[in-house]
Amino acid sequence: MSAGTLWTVVLVGAAGCYLLKYAGLAVPAAWVQHPAVVRVVDFVPAALLAALVAVQAATSDGALVADGRLVGLAVAALALALRAPFIVVLLLAGGAGALVHVLAG
Amino acid sequence: MPRSARSATLRDAIGLGVAVGLYGVAFGAAAVGAGLDPWQALTMSLLMFTGASQFALVGVLGAGGGALAAIGSALLLGTRNTVYGVRLAPMLAPRGRLRRAAAAHWVIDETTAMAVAAPDRELGRLAFWVTGATIYLGWNVTTLVGALGAGALGETAQAALDSVVPAAFLALLWPRLRRGAPEAGVQRRVALGGAVVALALTPFVPAGVQVVLAVVAVALAGRPRTREVTG
Repeated sequence: MSAGTLWTVVLVGAAGCYLLKYAGLAVPAAWVQHPAVVRVVDFVPAALLAALVAVQAATSDGALVADGRLVGLAVAALALALRAPFIVVLLLAGGAGALVHVLAG
Repeated sequence: MPRSARSATLRDAIGLGVAVGLYGVAFGAAAVGAGLDPWQALTMSLLMFTGASQFALVGVLGAGGGALAAIGSALLLGTRNTVYGVRLAPMLAPRGRLRRAAAAHWVIDETTAMAVAAPDRELGRLAFWVTGATIYLGWNVTTLVGALGAGALGETAQAALDSVVPAAFLALLWPRLRRGAPEAGVQRRVALGGAVVALALTPFVPAGVQVVLAVVAVALAGRPRTREVTG
Protein backbone atom coordinates (compact mmCIF):
# COMPACT_ATOMS: atom_id res chain seq x y z
CA MET A 1 0.00 0.00 0.00
CA SER A 2 1.48 3.36 -1.04
CA ALA A 3 2.13 6.15 1.47
CA GLY A 4 -0.63 8.18 -0.17
CA THR A 5 -3.15 5.36 0.26
CA LEU A 6 -2.07 4.87 3.87
CA TRP A 7 -2.59 8.57 4.59
CA THR A 8 -6.03 8.35 2.99
CA VAL A 9 -6.95 5.34 5.14
CA VAL A 10 -5.69 7.11 8.27
CA LEU A 11 -7.51 10.39 7.55
CA VAL A 12 -10.78 8.91 6.26
CA GLY A 13 -10.88 6.47 9.19
CA ALA A 14 -10.19 9.28 11.67
CA ALA A 15 -12.85 11.56 10.12
CA GLY A 16 -15.42 8.75 10.19
CA CYS A 17 -14.68 7.84 13.81
CA TYR A 18 -14.91 11.52 14.81
CA LEU A 19 -18.27 11.93 13.06
CA LEU A 20 -19.60 8.86 14.90
CA LYS A 21 -18.61 10.47 18.22
CA TYR A 22 -20.02 13.85 17.23
CA ALA A 23 -23.31 12.31 16.11
CA GLY A 24 -23.89 11.01 19.64
CA LEU A 25 -23.77 14.53 21.10
CA ALA A 26 -25.59 16.17 18.19
CA VAL A 27 -28.44 13.99 16.95
CA PRO A 28 -31.75 13.67 18.80
CA ALA A 29 -31.38 10.84 21.33
CA ALA A 30 -34.47 9.07 19.99
CA TRP A 31 -32.68 8.31 16.71
CA VAL A 32 -30.00 6.30 18.43
CA GLN A 33 -31.99 4.91 21.35
CA HIS A 34 -34.19 2.58 19.32
CA PRO A 35 -33.94 -0.76 21.16
CA ALA A 36 -32.81 -2.69 18.09
CA VAL A 37 -30.05 -0.15 17.34
CA VAL A 38 -28.86 -0.17 20.95
CA ARG A 39 -28.87 -3.96 20.90
CA VAL A 40 -26.69 -4.18 17.80
CA VAL A 41 -24.27 -1.51 19.02
CA ASP A 42 -23.99 -3.29 22.40
CA PHE A 43 -22.78 -6.46 20.73
CA VAL A 44 -20.73 -5.25 17.76
CA PRO A 45 -17.56 -4.80 19.86
CA ALA A 46 -17.72 -8.37 21.20
CA ALA A 47 -18.03 -9.86 17.69
CA LEU A 48 -15.34 -7.65 16.17
CA LEU A 49 -12.82 -7.74 19.01
CA ALA A 50 -13.11 -11.54 19.24
CA ALA A 51 -12.62 -11.78 15.47
CA LEU A 52 -9.50 -9.60 15.78
CA VAL A 53 -8.17 -11.72 18.66
CA ALA A 54 -8.63 -14.87 16.58
CA VAL A 55 -7.19 -13.44 13.36
CA GLN A 56 -4.21 -11.78 15.06
CA ALA A 57 -3.38 -14.79 17.22
CA ALA A 58 -4.01 -17.73 14.93
CA THR A 59 -3.70 -16.75 11.26
CA SER A 60 -0.90 -15.68 8.98
CA ASP A 61 -1.16 -14.90 5.26
CA GLY A 62 -4.64 -16.36 4.94
CA ALA A 63 -3.91 -19.66 6.72
CA LEU A 64 -4.49 -20.91 10.26
CA VAL A 65 -1.20 -20.98 12.15
CA ALA A 66 -0.29 -22.01 15.71
CA ASP A 67 2.82 -20.30 17.10
CA GLY A 68 4.06 -18.29 20.07
CA ARG A 69 1.17 -15.83 19.68
CA LEU A 70 -1.27 -18.48 20.97
CA VAL A 71 0.95 -19.04 24.01
CA GLY A 72 1.02 -15.28 24.57
CA LEU A 73 -2.75 -15.16 24.27
CA ALA A 74 -3.20 -17.95 26.82
CA VAL A 75 -0.90 -16.13 29.24
CA ALA A 76 -2.87 -12.91 28.65
CA ALA A 77 -6.17 -14.68 29.34
CA LEU A 78 -4.79 -16.08 32.59
CA ALA A 79 -3.50 -12.65 33.63
CA LEU A 80 -6.86 -11.04 32.82
CA ALA A 81 -8.69 -13.72 34.81
CA LEU A 82 -6.45 -12.83 37.75
CA ARG A 83 -7.40 -9.16 37.24
CA ALA A 84 -3.92 -8.01 36.31
CA PRO A 85 -3.71 -4.43 35.02
CA PHE A 86 -3.67 -3.82 31.25
CA ILE A 87 -0.01 -3.05 31.03
CA VAL A 88 0.98 -6.20 32.97
CA VAL A 89 -1.19 -8.31 30.66
CA LEU A 90 0.57 -6.90 27.62
CA LEU A 91 4.05 -7.32 29.10
CA LEU A 92 3.36 -10.95 30.08
CA ALA A 93 1.92 -11.77 26.65
CA GLY A 94 4.90 -10.16 24.94
CA GLY A 95 7.32 -11.98 27.21
CA ALA A 96 5.67 -15.32 26.50
CA GLY A 97 5.74 -14.72 22.74
CA ALA A 98 9.40 -13.75 22.86
CA LEU A 99 10.26 -16.78 25.00
CA VAL A 100 8.61 -19.17 22.53
CA HIS A 101 10.46 -17.45 19.69
CA VAL A 102 13.81 -17.91 21.47
CA LEU A 103 13.11 -21.54 22.47
CA ALA A 104 11.78 -22.49 19.03
CA GLY A 105 14.36 -20.37 17.21
CA MET B 1 -19.28 19.83 46.77
CA PRO B 2 -17.09 18.03 49.32
CA ARG B 3 -13.39 18.48 48.62
CA SER B 4 -12.72 14.79 49.20
CA ALA B 5 -15.16 13.69 46.50
CA ARG B 6 -13.54 16.14 44.12
CA SER B 7 -10.00 14.99 44.82
CA ALA B 8 -11.06 11.33 44.67
CA THR B 9 -12.55 11.97 41.23
CA LEU B 10 -9.40 13.76 40.11
CA ARG B 11 -7.16 11.00 41.44
CA ASP B 12 -9.17 8.23 39.74
CA ALA B 13 -9.37 10.13 36.48
CA ILE B 14 -5.64 10.83 36.37
CA GLY B 15 -4.77 7.27 37.45
CA LEU B 16 -6.87 5.75 34.70
CA GLY B 17 -5.49 8.25 32.20
CA VAL B 18 -1.90 7.32 32.98
CA ALA B 19 -2.61 3.57 32.84
CA VAL B 20 -4.43 3.78 29.52
CA GLY B 21 -1.94 6.25 28.16
CA LEU B 22 0.89 3.77 28.64
CA TYR B 23 -0.97 1.41 26.40
CA GLY B 24 -0.20 3.77 23.51
CA VAL B 25 3.31 2.31 23.30
CA ALA B 26 1.77 -0.96 22.12
CA PHE B 27 -0.34 0.89 19.57
CA GLY B 28 2.56 2.92 18.20
CA ALA B 29 4.73 -0.16 17.83
CA ALA B 30 1.88 -2.19 16.27
CA ALA B 31 1.12 0.61 13.78
CA VAL B 32 4.71 0.77 12.58
CA GLY B 33 4.83 -3.05 12.47
CA ALA B 34 1.78 -2.90 10.18
CA GLY B 35 3.55 -0.58 7.73
CA LEU B 36 2.52 2.89 8.90
CA ASP B 37 5.19 5.50 9.47
CA PRO B 38 5.48 7.11 12.93
CA TRP B 39 3.69 10.29 11.76
CA GLN B 40 0.74 8.28 10.47
CA ALA B 41 0.60 6.43 13.79
CA LEU B 42 0.66 9.72 15.70
CA THR B 43 -1.95 11.26 13.40
CA MET B 44 -4.26 8.36 14.20
CA SER B 45 -3.87 8.90 17.94
CA LEU B 46 -4.38 12.65 17.56
CA LEU B 47 -7.34 12.56 15.19
CA MET B 48 -9.03 9.16 15.56
CA PHE B 49 -8.39 8.82 19.31
CA THR B 50 -10.37 5.68 20.03
CA GLY B 51 -8.13 2.75 20.90
CA ALA B 52 -10.11 -0.24 19.68
CA SER B 53 -10.74 1.33 16.25
CA GLN B 54 -7.06 2.30 15.96
CA PHE B 55 -5.88 -1.20 16.82
CA ALA B 56 -8.44 -2.67 14.42
CA LEU B 57 -7.33 -0.46 11.55
CA VAL B 58 -3.65 -1.31 11.94
CA GLY B 59 -4.48 -4.95 12.70
CA VAL B 60 -6.30 -5.31 9.38
CA LEU B 61 -3.53 -3.47 7.48
CA GLY B 62 -0.90 -5.61 9.22
CA ALA B 63 -2.69 -8.77 8.10
CA GLY B 64 -2.44 -7.49 4.51
CA GLY B 65 -6.00 -6.17 4.37
CA GLY B 66 -7.26 -3.49 2.01
CA ALA B 67 -8.26 0.09 2.68
CA LEU B 68 -12.00 -0.53 2.85
CA ALA B 69 -11.75 -3.46 5.27
CA ALA B 70 -9.40 -1.44 7.49
CA ILE B 71 -11.65 1.61 7.57
CA GLY B 72 -14.79 -0.55 7.87
CA SER B 73 -13.57 -2.38 10.97
CA ALA B 74 -12.52 0.91 12.60
CA LEU B 75 -15.92 2.48 11.91
CA LEU B 76 -17.89 -0.54 13.14
CA LEU B 77 -16.00 -0.40 16.43
CA GLY B 78 -16.50 3.36 16.52
CA THR B 79 -20.31 3.08 16.56
CA ARG B 80 -20.33 2.50 20.30
CA ASN B 81 -18.96 6.01 20.83
CA THR B 82 -22.18 7.33 19.27
CA VAL B 83 -24.19 5.62 21.98
CA TYR B 84 -21.82 6.93 24.64
CA GLY B 85 -22.37 10.44 23.28
CA VAL B 86 -26.12 10.08 23.63
CA ARG B 87 -25.64 9.06 27.27
CA LEU B 88 -23.21 11.88 28.00
CA ALA B 89 -25.01 14.68 26.16
CA PRO B 90 -27.36 15.64 29.03
CA MET B 91 -24.48 15.62 31.53
CA LEU B 92 -21.95 17.51 29.43
CA ALA B 93 -24.53 19.81 27.82
CA PRO B 94 -21.75 21.48 25.84
CA ARG B 95 -22.72 25.05 25.03
CA GLY B 96 -21.91 26.19 21.53
CA ARG B 97 -20.60 24.32 18.53
CA LEU B 98 -16.93 24.62 19.43
CA ARG B 99 -17.33 23.10 22.91
CA ARG B 100 -19.51 20.35 21.52
CA ALA B 101 -16.98 19.61 18.79
CA ALA B 102 -14.19 19.47 21.40
CA ALA B 103 -16.19 17.30 23.81
CA ALA B 104 -17.09 14.86 21.02
CA HIS B 105 -13.43 14.11 20.34
CA TRP B 106 -12.99 12.74 23.87
CA VAL B 107 -16.11 10.55 23.96
CA ILE B 108 -14.49 7.12 24.40
CA ASP B 109 -14.84 4.04 26.64
CA GLU B 110 -12.82 5.41 29.54
CA THR B 111 -14.18 8.96 29.71
CA THR B 112 -17.73 7.60 29.52
CA ALA B 113 -17.10 5.05 32.25
CA MET B 114 -15.56 7.67 34.55
CA ALA B 115 -18.25 10.29 33.89
CA VAL B 116 -21.14 7.86 34.37
CA ALA B 117 -19.62 6.45 37.58
CA ALA B 118 -19.22 9.89 39.19
CA PRO B 119 -21.61 10.62 42.08
CA ASP B 120 -23.15 13.75 40.56
CA ARG B 121 -23.36 15.77 37.36
CA GLU B 122 -20.68 18.29 38.22
CA LEU B 123 -18.17 15.60 39.22
CA GLY B 124 -19.19 13.64 36.13
CA ARG B 125 -18.24 16.59 33.96
CA LEU B 126 -14.97 17.00 35.84
CA ALA B 127 -14.21 13.28 35.47
CA PHE B 128 -14.94 13.46 31.73
CA TRP B 129 -12.63 16.39 31.03
CA VAL B 130 -9.79 15.31 33.33
CA THR B 131 -9.83 11.69 32.14
CA GLY B 132 -10.04 12.89 28.53
CA ALA B 133 -7.13 15.31 28.92
CA THR B 134 -4.89 12.81 30.73
CA ILE B 135 -5.56 10.01 28.27
CA TYR B 136 -5.22 12.28 25.25
CA LEU B 137 -1.84 13.51 26.39
CA GLY B 138 -0.55 10.11 27.51
CA TRP B 139 -1.91 8.20 24.53
CA ASN B 140 -0.29 10.53 22.00
CA VAL B 141 3.08 10.79 23.71
CA THR B 142 3.33 7.03 24.16
CA THR B 143 2.12 6.36 20.61
CA LEU B 144 5.07 8.38 19.35
CA VAL B 145 7.46 6.58 21.72
CA GLY B 146 6.18 3.18 20.55
CA ALA B 147 6.24 4.18 16.89
CA LEU B 148 9.79 5.56 17.01
CA GLY B 149 10.99 2.64 19.15
CA ALA B 150 9.50 -0.03 16.89
CA GLY B 151 12.09 0.62 14.19
CA ALA B 152 14.82 -0.48 16.59
CA LEU B 153 13.18 -3.80 17.43
CA GLY B 154 15.13 -7.00 16.77
CA GLU B 155 13.56 -10.30 15.75
CA THR B 156 12.79 -11.43 19.30
CA ALA B 157 11.22 -8.08 20.19
CA GLN B 158 9.17 -8.35 17.01
CA ALA B 159 7.91 -11.77 18.15
CA ALA B 160 7.00 -10.19 21.48
CA LEU B 161 5.07 -7.45 19.70
CA ASP B 162 3.24 -10.05 17.57
CA SER B 163 1.96 -11.55 20.83
CA VAL B 164 1.10 -8.19 22.36
CA VAL B 165 -1.38 -7.25 19.63
CA PRO B 166 -3.86 -10.16 20.08
CA ALA B 167 -3.45 -9.78 23.85
CA ALA B 168 -4.38 -6.10 23.49
CA PHE B 169 -7.60 -7.02 21.68
CA LEU B 170 -8.36 -9.63 24.34
CA ALA B 171 -7.82 -7.03 27.07
CA LEU B 172 -10.26 -4.70 25.31
CA LEU B 173 -12.80 -7.52 24.97
CA TRP B 174 -12.44 -9.00 28.45
CA PRO B 175 -14.52 -6.54 30.52
CA ARG B 176 -17.56 -7.35 28.33
CA LEU B 177 -17.27 -11.08 29.00
CA ARG B 178 -16.43 -10.97 32.68
CA ARG B 179 -18.97 -12.37 35.12
CA GLY B 180 -21.16 -9.54 36.34
CA ALA B 181 -20.98 -7.59 33.07
CA PRO B 182 -24.41 -6.88 31.57
CA GLU B 183 -25.59 -9.97 29.67
CA ALA B 184 -22.11 -11.51 29.93
CA GLY B 185 -23.41 -14.87 28.70
CA VAL B 186 -24.81 -13.34 25.52
CA GLN B 187 -21.62 -11.32 25.00
CA ARG B 188 -19.59 -14.55 25.27
CA ARG B 189 -21.82 -16.26 22.72
CA VAL B 190 -21.46 -13.36 20.29
CA ALA B 191 -17.69 -13.20 20.86
CA LEU B 192 -17.26 -16.91 20.23
CA GLY B 193 -19.41 -16.61 17.12
CA GLY B 194 -17.32 -13.69 15.85
CA ALA B 195 -14.07 -15.60 16.36
CA VAL B 196 -15.41 -18.74 14.65
CA VAL B 197 -16.77 -16.79 11.66
CA ALA B 198 -13.49 -14.91 11.25
CA LEU B 199 -11.33 -18.05 11.41
CA ALA B 200 -13.64 -20.00 9.09
CA LEU B 201 -13.58 -17.24 6.47
CA THR B 202 -9.83 -16.54 6.70
CA PRO B 203 -8.74 -18.90 3.88
CA PHE B 204 -11.46 -17.66 1.51
CA VAL B 205 -11.70 -13.87 1.71
CA PRO B 206 -9.15 -11.05 1.29
CA ALA B 207 -7.30 -10.23 4.52
CA GLY B 208 -9.31 -8.10 6.93
CA VAL B 209 -12.66 -8.77 5.30
CA GLN B 210 -13.30 -11.68 7.66
CA VAL B 211 -13.08 -9.25 10.60
CA VAL B 212 -15.77 -7.00 9.15
CA LEU B 213 -17.96 -9.98 8.20
CA ALA B 214 -17.66 -11.36 11.76
CA VAL B 215 -20.17 -8.67 12.68
CA VAL B 216 -22.92 -11.13 11.55
CA ALA B 217 -22.32 -12.90 14.89
CA VAL B 218 -24.31 -10.06 16.48
CA ALA B 219 -27.38 -11.97 15.28
CA LEU B 220 -26.58 -14.50 18.04
CA ALA B 221 -27.60 -11.85 20.57
CA GLY B 222 -31.24 -12.25 19.60
CA ARG B 223 -33.98 -9.76 20.27
CA PRO B 224 -33.71 -7.12 22.96
CA ARG B 225 -35.12 -8.14 26.32
CA THR B 226 -37.91 -5.88 27.41
CA ARG B 227 -36.02 -3.53 29.63
CA GLU B 228 -37.26 -0.98 32.08
CA VAL B 229 -37.05 2.59 30.86
CA THR B 230 -34.26 4.47 32.58
CA GLY B 231 -34.23 8.21 32.16
